[in-house]
Amino acid sequence: MSRFAARRTVQILVVLAIMSLVIYALIGLMPGDPVDLMIASNPHLTAADVVRLKALYGLDKPLLERYAAWATAALHGDFGYSRLYAQPVLTVLLPRLGNTALLMGTSFVLTLALAWPIGLIAARRPGSWLDDAANFASFATISVPSFWLALMLILVFAVQLGWLPPGGATTIGVGGIADRADHLVLPVITLTLVNFGPQLRYMRAAMIDTLDHDYIRTARAKGAGEARILTRHALRNALIPLITIVALSFGSLFSGALVTETMFSYPGMGKLIYDAVLGNDYNLALAGLLFATLMTLLANFAADIAYAATDPRIAYR
Amino acid sequence: MKALSQPRVRFGGGVLLALALAVLLAPWLAQVLGAHADTVDLYQRLAGPSLHHPLGTDELGRDMLLRLLEGGRVSLLVGLSAAMAAAVLGTAIGLVAGYFGGRLDAALMRLTDGVIALPLLPLLVVLAAADLQKLGVPAAVQQSEAVSLYRIIVLVTLVGWTTVARLVRGATLSLKRQDFVRAAEALGAGHRRIMLVHILPNLATPIIVATSLAVGEVILLESVLSFLGLGIAPPLASWGNMLTGAEETIALAPMLAVYPGALIFLTVMACNLLGDGLQQALDPRQRR
Repeated sequence: MSRFAARRTVQILVVLAIMSLVIYALIGLMPGDPVDLMIASNPHLTAADVVRLKALYGLDKPLLERYAAWATAALHGDFGYSRLYAQPVLTVLLPRLGNTALLMGTSFVLTLALAWPIGLIAARRPGSWLDDAANFASFATISVPSFWLALMLILVFAVQLGWLPPGGATTIGVGGIADRADHLVLPVITLTLVNFGPQLRYMRAAMIDTLDHDYIRTARAKGAGEARILTRHALRNALIPLITIVALSFGSLFSGALVTETMFSYPGMGKLIYDAVLGNDYNLALAGLLFATLMTLLANFAADIAYAATDPRIAYR
Repeated sequence: MKALSQPRVRFGGGVLLALALAVLLAPWLAQVLGAHADTVDLYQRLAGPSLHHPLGTDELGRDMLLRLLEGGRVSLLVGLSAAMAAAVLGTAIGLVAGYFGGRLDAALMRLTDGVIALPLLPLLVVLAAADLQKLGVPAAVQQSEAVSLYRIIVLVTLVGWTTVARLVRGATLSLKRQDFVRAAEALGAGHRRIMLVHILPNLATPIIVATSLAVGEVILLESVLSFLGLGIAPPLASWGNMLTGAEETIALAPMLAVYPGALIFLTVMACNLLGDGLQQALDPRQRR
């Protein structure tokens, strides 16, 4: 087990290294460079200054050399300065990471708490009215554009009814847990609904497959109760393929978070990346994307470990 | 046509046909209304429904109905072309992975899993903001009006191929062990001939299903990127970028924010139902 964990850790580090190079190259494709921005804000810069500045920031060097310099600094915990916030990147980034974890965590737990039981019950009798209703609901939530759903929630609950705040994370001058919770309601509902459909379908499909097996018939024959069959016999086996899918859906969860955070002006990682890209804040966009990738990889890693808990047949070598 | 007995296929296909028809009839409707989707009328900003403007006007006084139809044309065009391009790419990858197996298969599937697992939207946001000049795109293309159209099609294709690839690989794995493939091998057919002539025609079902599902996915991605200001660029209308303007006037004219989103929802729902219905109708193993 520990050897397995060690090997996976090495794998994650390798993937992260490759991704960081890819992301670094991608950021390099954004319009302009830091010196262009300085020229735009200071008309007194001469051509000689530009050359000197480019040399100072290493912008005259080839891509790989610049990447190596950036990566060395990053490994020492130095991700540079954010242009938009005039603060070190990590100072800006870390609080946002917590905000996103709160939003995503709450909505993820809520999604599973809603989608899995419904999927499980729907799978018992495919084609029943309950199954049809569940299918319709999952199709609807898969098909709805998340930003529009957010817009409609703002329109109804913030603009017309005035029950909840339209965005942000706190009210200036109010604060407190109740205020934070108020601001979380609409983003959490949006993110939960968007992820509800896929999770319901995964659970339903996995359960239908499992319920078809002989050991379920055996359990029925020996007189096990329906609840026991569903949870002890079917669910544990259905969970095995499900965990992989859930881990793989973490990336799309993050994509959903970007949209949701942007719509509700929620100060999280997704909105930070979006603002950084639009504001040509190269250092911040780079670090933000890298952290988002790292979080996704860690979720996949956690899923591999969770395998062991659900399937004792899996041997880790 | 067995597929038409599926209510999902009938509903999804019907809605998509109706939308396509409406979009194609838009120029004729514009003549009847005596307006154009781009006609700005600043005296008629955010006007309510009237005989001249059946769904009212937007923040620049443009006719909402005509804008919606033009947006639909763009969204459907992007959806269809990117989904087809993604299907071609995905089919090629899935076919090669499934047919050759071994290390090549493992590498291609790792790549597929990787693309699925990545936080795609943040990466797409960066890609959509990329400077075309730095990519070496010819200046003539950069300055053309439709550049945002091409760009979004390419971007969405790059991330949209994974579902097709997985389905095609799975089907190829089981097909390549069947007798008719063995027979073709025994007759001395080369890899390319076996893949293209013997296996590919049998993949029609998963490819059609995955493509119709992909159209919905693509339209969703296009709309969100356009909404964020990184997809279809105004003045070209798309359902996504119409919502950008509507967000600012949501307190004054809430319906402007309702129509485009409802149309995206309806279109994507139709694509998903069509894909799902086709799968049930065409794939005898999938009796659910």
